Amino acid sequence: MSTQTPSGASAASPRETTEGTVYTVTGGDWDEIAQSAAKSDDERIIVNMGPQHPSTHGVLRLILEIDGETVTEARCGIGYLHTGIEKNLEFRTWTQGTTFVTRMDYLTPFFNETAYCLGVEKLLGITDQIPDRASIIRVLLMELNRLSSHLVCIATGGMELGATTIMIYGFRDRELILDIYELITGLRMNHAFVRPGGLAQDLPPGAVDQIREFVKKMTKNLPEYDKLATGNPIFKARMQDVGYLDLAGCMALGATGPILRSAGLPHDLRKSQPYCGYETYDFEVPTADTCDSYGRFLIRLEEMRQSLRIIEQCLDRLQPGPVMVADKKIAWPAQLALGPDGLGNSLDHIKKIMGTSMEALIHHFKLVTEGFRVPPGQAYVAVESPKGELGVHVVSDGGTRPYRVHFRDPSFTNLQAMAAMCEGGQVADVIVAVASIDPVMGGVDR
Amino acid sequence: MSDANGNEVNPEKDLSASNLPGQRGDKGEEIRVQRGMFGANNGGDTSGYGGLVRSIRLPGAATRPYGGWFDEVADELEGALEEQGLVPENVIDKTVVDRDEITFHVEREYLLPVARTLRDDPALRFELCTGVSGVHLPHDKGRELHAVYHLRSITHNRLIRLEVSAPDADPHVPSLVTVYPTNDWHEREAYDFFGLIFDGHPALTRIMMPDDWQGFPQRKDYPLGGIPVEYKGAQIPAPDQRRSYS
Repeated sequence: MSTQTPSGASAASPRETTEGTVYTVTGGDWDEIAQSAAKSDDERIIVNMGPQHPSTHGVLRLILEIDGETVTEARCGIGYLHTGIEKNLEFRTWTQGTTFVTRMDYLTPFFNETAYCLGVEKLLGITDQIPDRASIIRVLLMELNRLSSHLVCIATGGMELGATTIMIYGFRDRELILDIYELITGLRMNHAFVRPGGLAQDLPPGAVDQIREFVKKMTKNLPEYDKLATGNPIFKARMQDVGYLDLAGCMALGATGPILRSAGLPHDLRKSQPYCGYETYDFEVPTADTCDSYGRFLIRLEEMRQSLRIIEQCLDRLQPGPVMVADKKIAWPAQLALGPDGLGNSLDHIKKIMGTSMEALIHHFKLVTEGFRVPPGQAYVAVESPKGELGVHVVSDGGTRPYRVHFRDPSFTNLQAMAAMCEGGQVADVIVAVASIDPVMGGVDR
Repeated sequence: MSDANGNEVNPEKDLSASNLPGQRGDKGEEIRVQRGMFGANNGGDTSGYGGLVRSIRLPGAATRPYGGWFDEVADELEGALEEQGLVPENVIDKTVVDRDEITFHVEREYLLPVARTLRDDPALRFELCTGVSGVHLPHDKGRELHAVYHLRSITHNRLIRLEVSAPDADPHVPSLVTVYPTNDWHEREAYDFFGLIFDGHPALTRIMMPDDWQGFPQRKDYPLGGIPVEYKGAQIPAPDQRRSYS
């Protein structure tokens, strides 16, 4: 085939041994780089930062060319966490898909799930039939998720600067949110709670009270970050004018989310292309005009306050009602209940379908093993995740499985801006710049 | 079995989707003819579903008016292309409107001028490209590989889709990195997984898979892999070996 790697020079050449052909998988160009580095007489060296490095947010490999303390060139090596989620989705039913996508960007599971489900619902043409309660709970979970994602970003970003108190605070508050997740979905991450057509199940008793309690506590805790960091001269000195990317750079590199808003453009899909009823909520889109890491920090802090506002509005609006579409051909799981061994099919439902209704049993069996069919076509749906535009391109060929699902993960796109932010700066500032991008490798590599 | 003219008819062989009665959704573009169901294609089928023949059709070309702002964008694009001396009918293969989304199927040799026009024309201003998504349609002869771009206009608050196709034998598509630098990694990803070669890309290398990986994993003929797993005494086959209902 004529479709081999066009630049053969950058790949390692295979070597024959008694055991068979041996390939050097990574660092194939290392000898070349080391030789050319030895030739130059100055202090220019190439540093491989990662893929195992505490401040690279997972398995990100940064390849830095350094002259003294200055970074002259910076490149990313990614793919260490590639798990083939997009390919795997093509071998499961549409409903099973949410179990996979929730694991992509593992800090924003509800955004992955909701984006995917909105895409499937658009293909099915049932967007209007999603019950209000399901949409409100989706918004509620997404905004809680925005808080927990931003908290991790601020916490780990602070830790990388040596500000361990911020780290402790961030994880302390995130724990409160994870407790809410656990109460609602049974899990702290990898929930698969949002399903095509609605939700896996309704909120359990006590969830609303616990969220109200949390909002109260969080309203008290949020100013602590302000007091600790916002005016802190060391924090400001490390963050200001670091990781600079202006509006033209953002647009060219496709950067969205807090990076784009730190360049002054109030672009937020919740406002411009509302989904899940976001147009009915009252909130503001914070921006900064500094184009730097400090601006992004302030934006994340303000977005957390706005998320709390949205959560309160969600709680006020919750009315009893269904959380799954009425169409029983789509609504899976049929009935769930909490048993002694965890969440599963409700015993009453099993008793009914096994004992009294053969048709119900057939329907249940077909829906679970075969799944539902989705009319052929394609759709693109995007949601505003804490990191930016999370887009899903879903293609169906009319079958019971997705034909192709592609995720435009904001971390993947935003990470491209790393070189533009870091080149010409100090080595220590690379950490700050990468932290302000807030990449999560599960999302980058999928 | 024979038909009116006395010719032998073998339902397993002679059925093309066009001479079948009662096809659902005759409109649209056929990408594949599906035979059988439940993955039962190697004997042992007593259900009769093995003889099922279905035509898989994607939504076909739309005619004017497209509705809403779609016409405005299409008019502006056609006008701008004419100004550059291009014939819109040659550039845009067809326009599909489906599920409130508009898709321009563009001939691949004109992708670059179309993208540049969409980005720069003040009435269009699609300044943000959300990357490229590859789609492999192995039965769509001559158009097996598709590259799908979603362009967002923040100025006008619009979203459109561009689609180009390339045959398996010549998987070349022009690179959009000069117009949308954000497509750098996205095109590397599409190359890595689908083998689409983006001509003019500054460094088209694999991005997710190891550099010396053979094959393109997200093509439909590339196996998923996996091993059978024992669960509660039963052997559960690997995901791509399980019964499929499509």
